[in-house]
Amino acid sequence: MPQVLDRKDKLPPGRLRLVEWGILAGFLGLVWGLWQLQILQAVRYTMLAQQNRIRTEPIPAPRGRIYDRRGRLLVDNYPSFTAYLLRDGSGNWRADLPQIAQGLFVPLEDLQAQMQHYRAAPIYQPIPIKQDITVADEAFIAAHRDQFPELETIMASRRLYPKNGFAANLIGYVGEPDERQIASGQLRPGAIVGKSGLEAYYNRQLTGVDGERRVMVDSRGRVVGTLSDRPPRPGQDLHLTLDEQVQMAAETALGNRPGAVVALDPRTGGVLAMVSRPTFDPNLFAQGLSAKQWNAWVNDPDRPLLNKAIQAQLAPGSVFKLVMSVAGLQQNVAENKTVDCKGVFYYGGHPFHCWISRRLQGPRAHGVLNLQQAITQSCDVYFYTLGSELGIDVIDQYAQELGLGRRTGIDLPQEAKGLVPTPAWKEARFRQPWYKGETIDVAIGQGAVTATPIQLARLAGGIASGGVFPRPHVAEEAADTGGFTVALSPTTVETITAGMQGVVNPGGTAASAHLQGVDFGGKTGTAQTISNQGLKSLHGGSRRAYVDNAWFVGVSPVRNPEIAVCVLFQRGAEGSFAAQIAAQVVQAFYRSQQAGAKAE
Amino acid sequence: MRLRDFDWWLIGVALLITAIGVAEIHSATLATRFAAVWVKQVYFAVAGMGLLLLFSQIDYKLILEASPWLYGVSVAALAGVLVLGKAVFHSRRWIPVAGSHLQVSEFVKLVIIVVVARYCGEARLTTTWSDVGRVAALVGLPVGLVLLEPDLGTALTYVPVAAMGLVLGGMRWRQLGLLALGGLLLMPLAWHEMHPYQRARVVGFMEPQSDPLGRGYQVLQSKIAVGAGGMWGQGMAQGSQTRGEFLPVPHTDFIFAAFAEEYGFAGGLLLLGLYLLLLMRLIHNAQLAPDRSAGMVVMGVVAVLAFHVLINVGMVVGLMPVTGIPLPLMSSGGSSLLFTFAALGLVMNIRMARFVN
Repeated sequence: MPQVLDRKDKLPPGRLRLVEWGILAGFLGLVWGLWQLQILQAVRYTMLAQQNRIRTEPIPAPRGRIYDRRGRLLVDNYPSFTAYLLRDGSGNWRADLPQIAQGLFVPLEDLQAQMQHYRAAPIYQPIPIKQDITVADEAFIAAHRDQFPELETIMASRRLYPKNGFAANLIGYVGEPDERQIASGQLRPGAIVGKSGLEAYYNRQLTGVDGERRVMVDSRGRVVGTLSDRPPRPGQDLHLTLDEQVQMAAETALGNRPGAVVALDPRTGGVLAMVSRPTFDPNLFAQGLSAKQWNAWVNDPDRPLLNKAIQAQLAPGSVFKLVMSVAGLQQNVAENKTVDCKGVFYYGGHPFHCWISRRLQGPRAHGVLNLQQAITQSCDVYFYTLGSELGIDVIDQYAQELGLGRRTGIDLPQEAKGLVPTPAWKEARFRQPWYKGETIDVAIGQGAVTATPIQLARLAGGIASGGVFPRPHVAEEAADTGGFTVALSPTTVETITAGMQGVVNPGGTAASAHLQGVDFGGKTGTAQTISNQGLKSLHGGSRRAYVDNAWFVGVSPVRNPEIAVCVLFQRGAEGSFAAQIAAQVVQAFYRSQQAGAKAE
Repeated sequence: MRLRDFDWWLIGVALLITAIGVAEIHSATLATRFAAVWVKQVYFAVAGMGLLLLFSQIDYKLILEASPWLYGVSVAALAGVLVLGKAVFHSRRWIPVAGSHLQVSEFVKLVIIVVVARYCGEARLTTTWSDVGRVAALVGLPVGLVLLEPDLGTALTYVPVAAMGLVLGGMRWRQLGLLALGGLLLMPLAWHEMHPYQRARVVGFMEPQSDPLGRGYQVLQSKIAVGAGGMWGQGMAQGSQTRGEFLPVPHTDFIFAAFAEEYGFAGGLLLLGLYLLLLMRLIHNAQLAPDRSAGMVVMGVVAVLAFHVLINVGMVVGLMPVTGIPLPLMSSGGSSLLFTFAALGLVMNIRMARFVN
């Protein structure tokens, strides 16, 4: 039934009241909403507002510099900019990635791999996507602030290494933290970590404490003000025992030949030079290495990333005769012993040849020799005889006492141990008994015995110093720690050093390495990398890979030496050339001493 | 002109809110590309006052008489906008007039108020289902046209005018209940018909944290701005959410958030109080209206303004979805301001008419 109302009538007051109450209720709802946000949850929203506009940027601390023994700068830093991607701000970095890759000239796959690598890092930490960016990259980032608010540049100091791989295998290289370090929160993305060599061993010391800058940003990530600035604490510098001049001489002398040179001061164990070939350019790591270059290095059979001075474990060849001599003299069997070398030694019905028997011209036998002469001429038959008399247990005992088969404890990572083969080792390894013939092989440094260049340099220096074996070290701060002494009789030291002196004089195996007016001596070594039987089964080109390794250990002066050098020239055929390299290092050492004396 | 018969209280409150709005627009856009917008807002306010005077002088009865014609012209204009309107922000809402873009749908609101007032103000109306159906159709046609633009927000503002007319026209409670129920049942259909960005807004409103940089971004940033204001606010031009441009469009739809960040709960309460005062003063005028239709016109204005304030502030504090409905008198934008002042002019007109009779 329709309600009839006068057109002039007023609006129904009840319903107007209702509308009023309805509006009032709505407004109370709004007040309630404001109360919730501004009074009850004010703290929470204030914090959210702060997170919105306050960003924490790391100020990377420069790594400590590295100096040589005379304070010459070897490894420096230089300022550089890194492009970072922010994942917590506005902007959709996932969608922008292809365009960013294009703009910064980075392969998209590399960029995606990088984001994947750092996926476990907390969201507020920026991810480095290109290091050492160019002026063009900076311009691209600046021009696309609005489009890619997630792009940011941060200044960091990068490593500047010597050119041409100078001491590269010793110094090592730096890189980004691995996934585990990121996931555990130890390191922020883009942090610089020592990966090998001194950079790795002294990483803690070289790494400073990053600073932090808290900045206010607007919604596009533009910095509108700085709230606080905590400056970084630079890493501590590292002072080495290395002598830049000696190092340079060793680098030059070895050239591009595969192998290693290590020179140390036998009085302290301080390393004067350490070279490994082939080498690499660590600056490429500092700038962010391409996957291609990395794979090339890793797959190179000559292992350029290895520091062969401490990591190459090879048969020491005749250098091992120094160990045999110590054993023979200390056991009082070799002092007056003479052996008549006829070029071959029969043991258990098998012939063991002296190297001289394979010569193409001249006599094929050494004739009657005492120990000193046997060292000088490196007579195999003398040491076969000595070895068969001493037996493997005695040889092993002296080899181990003189530091073989265990790490020298040098302040470098991943040092190799080498191997002193014992009957127990063979039993455990091959489930076979020790054959006496193997002792004969070991007596001339063949068979299973292996050593590293650093071990052999210390060995020569230690014997010539009368039995003092300080711990080899590269950094000054590692001096006077560790090491051992071996009680050697004066006769032992005198006989062996006299023999070593003869080596670089007429009639010695490295007469060509003679240094006029320099008290210098040493021991050559030629080590087969494969048995004679094995060699015969190879033909042509593949035989080249098994050319003998050449060794030389040298000391100067011969008694109480100031420098001991070990040279490994892989596939160098024989030791005399290695001796010439060592001679150049010794000469450089004396030149450096003179220059240092003059400077003081 | 009988200026002493004007409701100076009403105009005073309206101008105060407008002034606060201008100040807030200025503060929220400092050092942005919108920095000059507040000046434009002042011009529109002055023009609005002119419009108020104009509408206060035309006899409202003439307007009521002409309302069918006005309605026809409005529907035609809305259809014209659909066909010819310049595409701005992907929606065809604007037509260029005198170098500025005016939103036709904003002025159609006035016509709808008048049409509904006339229809519902007539005797013996709005108590049968056919009456309800007629009012629904009357408002439904322009709603549909505006939805096609697509402008859900403005389309929604027409609905409370119809509701107000029906409630005050004497519709029965049972009918109201059934209508509300029907509306609820239609919601899934509405969802189905929504544009993706509109659906995204609804989802963003329901769960702002689910995707803070996507759909829920505006709601979350608005809530952060309001919440960070606290009791007393950050102070004029000190709001980090606004100055850092985290708050989207702080001078238009989210101006209340910018205001609440700067002046806190205290300021927000004061501003809401001013709006409530404005609305209550309008209802007071409706009661004094010389006849039912005149009162209906005033209540139509009340319906539109109350709806705007409730939905806009509700959106800012996260109680309502983002619909793009401006805050009357405060949000930067000429069309909205001109409509409000024109509507207030109409109220003045009706207020003064009672002294005539």
